[in-house]
Amino acid sequence: MPGRNGISKSFGRIKMRKVFFKNLQELAEKDKNIFLLVADLGAKFFGDFQKIDPKRFINAGVAEANMVDVAAGLAMSGKNVYCYSIIPFLVMRGLEQIRVDICYNNLNVKLLGAGGGFAYGAEGITHHAIEDIAIMRSLPNMTIVCPGDAKEAELLAKESVGYKGPLYIRFGRDFDPLVHKREIDFKIGKGIYINKGTEVCLIVTGTMLHTVNKALDLLKNSNLDPTLISMHTVKPLDEEMIIDCAKNYKAIFTVEDHNILGGLGSAVAEVLAENNYQGKFKRIGVKDKYCSLVGKTDFLLKSQGLDKEGIAQTILEEYKGNQ
Amino acid sequence: MFQDKAEVAKYEALAKELRKEILDMIYRTKSPHIGSSLSMVDLFTVLYFKILSLDSKNPKNENRDRFVLSKGHGCATLFAVLGKKGFLEEEEIKTFAQDGGCLGQHPNRDIEKGIEITSGSLGHGLSVSAGMALAGKYNNANYRVFAFLGDGELDEGTVWEGALFSSHHKLDNLTVIIDRNRLQALGEGEKIINLEPLAEKWESFGFRVKEIDGHNFEEIIKSLESVPFEKGKPSCIIANTIKGKGISFMENDFRWHDKCPDEMEYQKALEELK
Repeated sequence: MPGRNGISKSFGRIKMRKVFFKNLQELAEKDKNIFLLVADLGAKFFGDFQKIDPKRFINAGVAEANMVDVAAGLAMSGKNVYCYSIIPFLVMRGLEQIRVDICYNNLNVKLLGAGGGFAYGAEGITHHAIEDIAIMRSLPNMTIVCPGDAKEAELLAKESVGYKGPLYIRFGRDFDPLVHKREIDFKIGKGIYINKGTEVCLIVTGTMLHTVNKALDLLKNSNLDPTLISMHTVKPLDEEMIIDCAKNYKAIFTVEDHNILGGLGSAVAEVLAENNYQGKFKRIGVKDKYCSLVGKTDFLLKSQGLDKEGIAQTILEEYKGNQ
Repeated sequence: MFQDKAEVAKYEALAKELRKEILDMIYRTKSPHIGSSLSMVDLFTVLYFKILSLDSKNPKNENRDRFVLSKGHGCATLFAVLGKKGFLEEEEIKTFAQDGGCLGQHPNRDIEKGIEITSGSLGHGLSVSAGMALAGKYNNANYRVFAFLGDGELDEGTVWEGALFSSHHKLDNLTVIIDRNRLQALGEGEKIINLEPLAEKWESFGFRVKEIDGHNFEEIIKSLESVPFEKGKPSCIIANTIKGKGISFMENDFRWHDKCPDEMEYQKALEELK
């Protein structure tokens, strides 16, 4: 039975974005300051939103740069604006508008990007997103959150409304099962421990969370019991938690469906290097290559070594080989 | 019928003062864009001294008219006029393009100082203005939005995205003013990217268009006083101007897009502005 906020109590497969927008919609019903702009995509999420107030739900057409700047103008006029499109079109087509008008002016605009990593599967390279976190990390004032499951997405929707300044939300695979099976203390900028183990720590962002959670079982069979952290916020990074990890674990791995250059792995590496971490560190992600294979998300992730077996194998090889 | 000669004489005198200040600012700091700044002066004079509802004592008034300078490289004119309107202190204007100063060679958003947007990258201002106009419509506010664009800027595709959006949403509280000086950084606009027929383009994008002489005060006043030209449509004023207007040897010479006068040229220009 579906519970409140669209989350299934049976932990079945639920749509992350659906949960996010259902929650946002409930908030927008009460708060007439919330505007949602979309670039002619995502119709299945927004039907009810439009019914609340068509004047605050605007399909800006296939023109992302304009959409981002219209959002800037609305935000300069006191509105709380959400902008939605597929990541490369939103982040890369609209980048200069994001930089000059939203980030420099530190406006209350939330950029909602769909399709992190290879979530768009066979739709191909134009729709894949392996550079966006790196791009967004380099923009001052920008906050980056990649929710790990529908529970995180639900709580993020609620927190985002009152969040000040530019916020980039990166949605990944939609249908992964819930990882968080209990209530969680979700807060932008704070990582969440999912499993507390020993020796090895795995820090994950976005919807790789479910896959890495599954990889834990494989690692347990090989007598490894790693700690697992959902690092949904890549910027500002929870440095305190990473410094704690540096103190407590002999090896730290990051996992992301993003280029290993500039994403979560780079962000964590910066903290570890500046804090003189002496343990083993490895970034697991896309190895700075475009993926021109055709296939669904799982197939493409596997090709990059980002399925549960591939991730477990990398961790075992790197960790055991290091001993 | 507009016949107040005294009023026109007042604007002419103001415009001359502004030109002197712009020349000084740019000469003193070896800055570029004098030609681009001078073509805007007469339009700015009317906008700031007759049309815009703005109050430097209440700069954040939510009902203020929004003036958006999209061609940010012409900001010497904006700063000079904001000085005269009490938004900027003389001392602040003296810091233009200086180390640690508060005014750069392109403007940064600062509502207290009367600067609505950060510009310098072309093709942003119209879309941001459309967002402001849309918020105004949603709030049933009376303020108007004026977006001031260069004609070279119209090469940017985002201008046309903004135009489509503005007419689709019937933003008749929005007026686009185009500084049609026909010269851009590297030469004659029409030889670089042909914009003509320009009025027809804006008409076909859903704007109501008027073409004026951007140095004729009567025409400037008449057009700006009559916006929106048609209920339910954004307005577009194509102001035919002269790059470098007011300093004979700079007029209609694209090199003054980024050239800065040397001492002899400065003295000669000062003579002409006496």
